[in-house]
Amino acid sequence: MAELHNYTLNFGPQHPAAHGVLRLVLEIEGEVIRHADPHIGLLHRATEKLAETKPYNQSIGYMDRLDYVSMMCNEHGYVLALEKLLGITPPIRAQYIRVLFDEITRLLNHLLWLGAHALDIGAMAVFLYTFREREDLLDSYEAVSGARMHATYYRPGGVYRDLPNKMPQYEPSAWRSEKDTKEMNENRQGGLLDFLQAFCDRFPQRIDEYETLLTDNRIWKQRTVDVGIVTAERALQLGFTGPMLRGSGVAWDLRKKQPYEVYANLNFDIPIGKNGDCYDRYLVRVEEMRQSNRIIMQCIDWLRKNPGPVMLDDAKVAPPRRAAMKEDMEAMIHHFKLFTEGYTIPAGEAYAAVEHPKGEFGVYLVSDGANKPYRLKIRAPGFSHLAALNEMSRGHMIADVVSILSSQDIVFGEIDR
Amino acid sequence: MSRLTSLQDNIIRHFTAQGFVFNHSKNPFVSLNAEAAREQLAVQNACDELTLVLTKKALLDVATQLRDGAEFCFEQLIDVCGVDYLTYGIAEWVTDKATGSGFERALDPEGIPVESFSESRFAVVYHLLSVKLNQRLRLKVFLDEADLCIPSLMPIWPAADWFEREAFDLFGFLFEGHPDLRRILTDYGFIGHPFRKDFPVSGHVEMRYDKASERVIYQPVSIPARVLVPKVIREDSRYLEAEHPHG
Repeated sequence: MAELHNYTLNFGPQHPAAHGVLRLVLEIEGEVIRHADPHIGLLHRATEKLAETKPYNQSIGYMDRLDYVSMMCNEHGYVLALEKLLGITPPIRAQYIRVLFDEITRLLNHLLWLGAHALDIGAMAVFLYTFREREDLLDSYEAVSGARMHATYYRPGGVYRDLPNKMPQYEPSAWRSEKDTKEMNENRQGGLLDFLQAFCDRFPQRIDEYETLLTDNRIWKQRTVDVGIVTAERALQLGFTGPMLRGSGVAWDLRKKQPYEVYANLNFDIPIGKNGDCYDRYLVRVEEMRQSNRIIMQCIDWLRKNPGPVMLDDAKVAPPRRAAMKEDMEAMIHHFKLFTEGYTIPAGEAYAAVEHPKGEFGVYLVSDGANKPYRLKIRAPGFSHLAALNEMSRGHMIADVVSILSSQDIVFGEIDR
Repeated sequence: MSRLTSLQDNIIRHFTAQGFVFNHSKNPFVSLNAEAAREQLAVQNACDELTLVLTKKALLDVATQLRDGAEFCFEQLIDVCGVDYLTYGIAEWVTDKATGSGFERALDPEGIPVESFSESRFAVVYHLLSVKLNQRLRLKVFLDEADLCIPSLMPIWPAADWFEREAFDLFGFLFEGHPDLRRILTDYGFIGHPFRKDFPVSGHVEMRYDKASERVIYQPVSIPARVLVPKVIREDSRYLEAEHPHG
């Protein structure tokens, strides 16, 4: 009988550690990976092609569904590209609200990532703790947009509506006593900003809790230190962005280097790693959560002191006020045109990028002067990260593939688009 | 933006010294004569972004210099994407004057009529980023429908790997020198290049379980092509004024 050296192992697409629908064809020698070939596209919905068939504003909701754990950041990239071509700038308060929600989104993303990463490696408890915090953040999403995940909150020219002054309350029911309800409503007595303030005050201690569980944990370190090392130079060649690039020691963050909205007015630091292994990427993301918390607090302060409009007063892109529509024929016509035909964008092309929780999320928009995009290309950060999986996992064990994959923070909504 | 113009000047200076000829057209379809004796380039500056249009003959050479040149340092390839200009600037519903015909929904199974297309139909667009010098550049190569071959940039930026596979999958560009040009996003055994403008949104085939043969079969799509909101192009006077501030 011939001696068997290598064999092929099919991993996924139905596997909890495959982060959705990744099919990975692994060529292994014993337990050592020789070649990894990710097969993607199982979640391909042709978002970019669909966007070509409908007016600009109707595609904002599609953006939420790209990377479905960092919804508003996707919207932000799309809306920025529209604004660039339209040549409009949203009011300053809208910019602060966008930054506030971008950072809330970053926390949402990193919390889910941390929980899932730990779960993949075998630490069950972290998942439960991070989802406790996500709950409050999703409540903020709901308070402001009505939806817990797919918010469709950003619009070209601002955001859909201002922050609410009242948080929704829990009500007592058969399975929730009066006393419990009162406790749960304790932070919900004021507006959204008070609710978020209370969250920000307790969140740093919560991060300390996660770190107690993981950072110096012997097993955690055995599974992540020196696994999936990428040098700074190689990370650049492979098109890495975001925490993947910073984990390799390159201090690059669009919020600092090419600031958009009001990031230039805010104080925060950019953490970078040293070795470019899974452990460094973990440390970078944990520190990013602390920095996001800082940014949120600064936004809360500013937003408390500075009321104002959150949407541009331009009837060509923003819907008119309800009251005006009742009496003013212009407003009525504008409303009708905006919601049937939409607005047209001058011919041209633009690329807008935001520092998405996963890296550089870019939107390349080509317009031929119509009310629909002529071509929309979404540059998803995870796409180039996953492309490097083969290189990162070669020579590691099968179990390390799982660590590497989850340290890349892969979400198939954005990779397959 | 001064950084942008200085990059533009650097590009023009650097490549003129090597015998490249610059075309200063503002037309997005600037047609470069690939057969000309001297290599041609065009730089366009719009929306605070710089676009360098080049011929595919010059692509590898120019890209290498953009990566290695001290004043360029584009060490990252951020994105590669295809564009199909087949229906560019053609509206589904023309409303120059009052119209009695209206736009009937689900009217048009054929899609937008295309009379003749004189320009190059396709373009491959590359987005570059320099982390060191904090600058961006867009490269654009027009491709004729008759010849969809273009050199792969993988030897220069390994990041091009999957991006080129995607452009091949969706548009059918053939990247010469790519070691593994397989489909990436569409299904195994998929036929056609779905992001071309003459590929209907509903696709050509649909899949269902066939009870008789006890397996999944493909059949021609049964849903009609439907346009809910017609594509309308408006000559918006506000934007025209912006282009000619004194006219």
